[in-house]
Amino acid sequence: MSQASSQSPWHKAWQSLVRNPLTVAAMLMLVVLILLCCIGPCFSPYGPNDQDLELRATSPSLAHWLGTDPLGRDLATRILHGGRISMLVGLLATAVASIIGVGYGLIAGLAGKRMDAVMMRVVDVLYAFPFITFVIILVVIFGREFWLIFIAIGAVEWLTMARVVRGQVLTLKDLEYVQAARACGAGFWHILGKHMLPNVMGSVIIYASLTVPGVMMLEATLSFLGLGIQPPDASWGVLISEGAASMAAYPWMLIGPSVFFSATLLALNLVGDALRDALDPKSVRQ
Amino acid sequence: MVRFIFSRLLQGFAVILGVLCITFGLLKLAPGSPLQSERNIPEHIRVQRMAMSGLDQPLPVQLWRYIVSFATFDFPVSAKTPGRGVDEIIAQGFPVSAQVGLAALLIALALGIPMGALAALRPNSLEDRVSTVAATLGICTPSMVLGPILALVFGLKLRWFNASGWYDADDWVLPAMTLGIIYSAYIARLTRGGLRETLAQEFIRTARAKGASEAAIVFRHSFKLACLPVLNFLGPTAAGLMTGSIITETVFQLPGLGQHFVGAAVNRDYDLAMATAVFYAALIVGFNLIVDFLQALLNPRIGFKA
Repeated sequence: MSQASSQSPWHKAWQSLVRNPLTVAAMLMLVVLILLCCIGPCFSPYGPNDQDLELRATSPSLAHWLGTDPLGRDLATRILHGGRISMLVGLLATAVASIIGVGYGLIAGLAGKRMDAVMMRVVDVLYAFPFITFVIILVVIFGREFWLIFIAIGAVEWLTMARVVRGQVLTLKDLEYVQAARACGAGFWHILGKHMLPNVMGSVIIYASLTVPGVMMLEATLSFLGLGIQPPDASWGVLISEGAASMAAYPWMLIGPSVFFSATLLALNLVGDALRDALDPKSVRQ
Repeated sequence: MVRFIFSRLLQGFAVILGVLCITFGLLKLAPGSPLQSERNIPEHIRVQRMAMSGLDQPLPVQLWRYIVSFATFDFPVSAKTPGRGVDEIIAQGFPVSAQVGLAALLIALALGIPMGALAALRPNSLEDRVSTVAATLGICTPSMVLGPILALVFGLKLRWFNASGWYDADDWVLPAMTLGIIYSAYIARLTRGGLRETLAQEFIRTARAKGASEAAIVFRHSFKLACLPVLNFLGPTAAGLMTGSIITETVFQLPGLGQHFVGAAVNRDYDLAMATAVFYAALIVGFNLIVDFLQALLNPRIGFKA
């Protein structure tokens, strides 16, 4: 994010992002959704777990904009509050996945042929692993605590990131400037940190932005199966699962959280695609 | 070509062996045992039952027993459902999952390829915009949202199908639709990308200059190459679909394989968890082998290099 010159690649990328109205709309939508989830619950007269057993399930009204569930809890508050958890898991799990993936990919790409072959075979094996069993076993080992869910998700989502980074390093590591650095006596970790990492950052940002929706989907899957966020707390996966169970009688319980979840995924995907177009010189031609 | 197939097969077996070892290690790391849910069993019975399922042996011996039993197709008996081999449990669930998964795959291809091709042939037209928007929407609709909505509309309101369960001959339709619609979005995207990239290449310009018709250009010259990204995607996807999507099988309450992936790990049914993981890995390896073979066949630049 150098602001020294208006010609920096980051600046150019930003300009090409802002030029597309669809991307601007998606970014605005994302900001609005994030703000709603972060500060929305503070303005609600209801708590996310406040029960009103006399009220029970009511359809949307002026007092409860998105209706209530069978325990009389205000759905709008619960959706916004659940959004916090879903987004937080999405962000943290992506961070975990990116750190593992980037580190693994950098080392595999730079550490020489034999090491690379071994490390990439390990990735191949993990690709053929049933994802969901892996996460479930991890959740079973770790327990169903919030902090451990995103570590479990991050631990399975790093594979593609590692492949992307390793591929980039392979093309970069024999370029002249790296040879020059080597000739000057630069060590392994210096080349890795100073010359490789900054150059793969573009792909890392693109891929990380596309990982967030995938991670949120995985969290929702776990919560849907009862293995993720535990009641009375709710994430969007929990709310959709509750809604799906009672959709015939109270369809608003399914519609509300589904709309929020899909809208967030849509905005994230659009922003991710736009980032790829802006930062990846290859896709500009298309 | 024989060398190509042989080396791929060898790699495949190594992958399956790796999956087996990792699953074993993870299961042994997890606290608890298959007997934990049965309270108050006398000590001598517990010891007996541990011995019966081989759980009293040292870990390397247990791992070796698994490898031998899977290699010789002599499968262990599930500790949780006495008297039934894990192969029987899989053989019962797989047809359900495979039927739904195969139908979903066909729906995804039938919807996705024409949609993507139409968009690629007329860039920036109305068709392109509509198909791109539809594909993006499809990717952003989780099956846990689409499934219940389809069940609500076609099951509970219109009563065309059962909303859940596996009773009638047409109970595969709604789950297959759910998965097919979502995956068609990915396939449309890949088809559009692949076809547009191919159409921009030099040999297509040559074909145009020769005066080849538009139909010949699309079907004879570019389709084979444009299919490659889709093909790449189809390998793992087909394996994933056929072993049952857990969410879809939960929403529609299907007696497929998906439930075992969750149930086995949660119940510490070690044998079943090992069997499902190995079965899944074998399917992935098998489909990737087919994809590699087809790719080599379609793209002479890749070829059968071992």
